[in-house]
Amino acid sequence: MSQAQTTSDAPAPPASTVWTEETSWIDRMPRPVAMLLLLAAFLLTWQAVYGMELVSRIILPSPLETAEDLVVVGRNLLSGDYMLAALWVTTQEVLWGFLIAVALGFLLGVLVGETAFGERAVMPYLVAINTMPKVAFAPLFVSWLGFGIASKVALAAFIAFFPVIVGTAAGLHAADANARMLFRTMGASRWQTLVQLKLPAGMPHFFSGLKNAAVLVVVGAVVGEFLGGGKGFGELIRVAAAQLDTPRVFSLIIYLSLLGLATFWVVAFIQRRFVFWHKETVAEGTLGQ
Amino acid sequence: MAASVAFDPATQARPRGRPVYELHGVSKTFTRRNVQALDKVDLLLTEGSFSAVIGPSGCGKSTLLKIMAGLLPPSEGSVVLEGKPVTGPRRDIGMMFQQATLFPWLTTIENIVLPIEIRDGKAAARAAYDKARSLLELVGLSGFERVYPNELSGGMAQRAAICRMLITEPAVLLLDEPFSALDELSRDFMNMEMQRICLERNATAFLVTHSIPEAVILSDVVHVMSARPGRFIESVAIDLPRPRTLDMMTGPRFGALVQRIRSHLDQGAFT
Repeated sequence: MSQAQTTSDAPAPPASTVWTEETSWIDRMPRPVAMLLLLAAFLLTWQAVYGMELVSRIILPSPLETAEDLVVVGRNLLSGDYMLAALWVTTQEVLWGFLIAVALGFLLGVLVGETAFGERAVMPYLVAINTMPKVAFAPLFVSWLGFGIASKVALAAFIAFFPVIVGTAAGLHAADANARMLFRTMGASRWQTLVQLKLPAGMPHFFSGLKNAAVLVVVGAVVGEFLGGGKGFGELIRVAAAQLDTPRVFSLIIYLSLLGLATFWVVAFIQRRFVFWHKETVAEGTLGQ
Repeated sequence: MAASVAFDPATQARPRGRPVYELHGVSKTFTRRNVQALDKVDLLLTEGSFSAVIGPSGCGKSTLLKIMAGLLPPSEGSVVLEGKPVTGPRRDIGMMFQQATLFPWLTTIENIVLPIEIRDGKAAARAAYDKARSLLELVGLSGFERVYPNELSGGMAQRAAICRMLITEPAVLLLDEPFSALDELSRDFMNMEMQRICLERNATAFLVTHSIPEAVILSDVVHVMSARPGRFIESVAIDLPRPRTLDMMTGPRFGALVQRIRSHLDQGAFT
C-alpha cells in the first residue's frame, strides 16, 4: 500500500484542523454603514409610497418636500425668527417640567423607598394617580394656571414624575443584604446608611427613571401646548396641521425630537460621569441607551 | 508564602491568654416563627486565639455570629466583650463576609477607611489614610490605594476587606466564611495569609465555615455545632504546631482531626 512506500514510519499527519468562525455579513457591518443603509431604505420606501400615491399627497408629503421644509425651518431657527422663540418656550417648559418632576419624584421616591409608611400608605395612592389618564388633567391645569407656560410645565412634570419615583424607590432597595449588615456593624445611622449606601447603590435605577422622565417630559409639554394653546412648538405643529401643511408638521416634529434627544443625552452624559462604577452604565453605547 | 516561614517553637505553645469574648448560656428563639436557633451556647475566646464553629447548614451559625456582632439580641444568656456587655454594634468588633462587599463608587483606600468615616467623620477618615496604607502593605496590596474595586480580583477584594475590618483595631474578628467564594487555590493561599495576619497582630478571631479542613488548618479550637437548635456538641482542640503550613493538610494528625469532626457532623446531620 501507499503508506509502506513513504520514507517515514510515522503515520501521515492529520488533515489541517485550522478553521475559521463565520460571522454573518449583517453582524459584521460597521455601525455607521448599517444606520445609513437603514435610513436609505426608509426614505426609499417613503418615496415609493409617495410615488405610487398609495396615500393622498395632501396627507403624505414626499421626502424631498420634507427635507426642503427642514431647511426652511432650520433657517428660521438660526435667524432667530418666531420659530426660535417658540422652540425656546417649549425648551423652558421641558426644563422646568423636568426639574420639578425630578425634585418631586426624588423626594416621593425617598419617602416610598426608605420609610415603611411611604411604602404602605403613600405608594398605593401614587400608583392610583399613575393609572389616571394624566393628559385629561390638561384643561384643569389651564384653568388653574392660565394659558402661559405654567400650565404646560405642570402637565409635563405630572406626566414625567412617576418613573422618577419608581427609579428612586427601586434604587433604595438595590443595596444587598451584606452591604446593609456591614453598615450596621459599623454603627451607621439611618441617615448615613441612606446617604452613603442606599442612594449611591441606587444611582443606576435612579438614572433609568430619569431617562424615562426625560422622554415623557417632552410629550407632556407638547400635549400641554396642543390642549392649552400658548406660543410653543406644539402650537406651531397644531397650526400647521390645521392648514394641512404636512411637510411643516413633519419637519417640526423632527426638530422637536432633537429636543427630546438632547435632554436624554444630557441625562445619559451625567449618568456616565456619576455612575462610572456601574458596568452596565459604562457599557451602554454612544446613543446612551 | 506562609509555607516558607521558618518553624518557630515560641508560637507553638501559645499561652492561654486573657479572656476577650465570653458567651454564657446564649439561646435564641425566633418567637414569630417559633424556631429555636440556639440552645445555651457557652463560648470563650482568649486573646490571640483562633476559634472556628462548624456545623450543618441552618444550625444557627449565622445567628450566633449576628449575636456576637451585636446585630441581634439573644433571647437568653450573656454576651460580654472586653468586660462590657454587647448591646449593639461596636467599633471593637470587626467583621468580614463571604462577599468582599466593597463599594464600587469608592476607591480601595476610601473603602478601607469607611468604618472610621461612619463613626468619626471625614476628617478622621483622612487622618487614617497612613494607617490604611500600612494595612494595605500588610495584606500585600500596596499601590492599589486609588484603584476602584471593579479592578480588583476576588482575592484582592477580600484582602481589602481584611484591611477595612482591621482599620478600627477591633478586639475580635468575626469571619463569616470569608474565603468560600474564592477558588480553591486562592482560598488556601488566603487562609495562610489570614493566619499570618492574625499571628502578626495577635488577633482574636472567630470563624464560621462549612469546610472542615479550613477550620482545622486555621484554628486552635473547632466547635462542632448540632443541627437546630444549635448547640456545641464538642470542642476539638487542634494541637498542630504554629505557624501552620498547607503541607500539614496531608499529614496523619490533620487527617485524624478532620475525621473526628466529620464523624460528629455525620451523626448530627441525620438526627
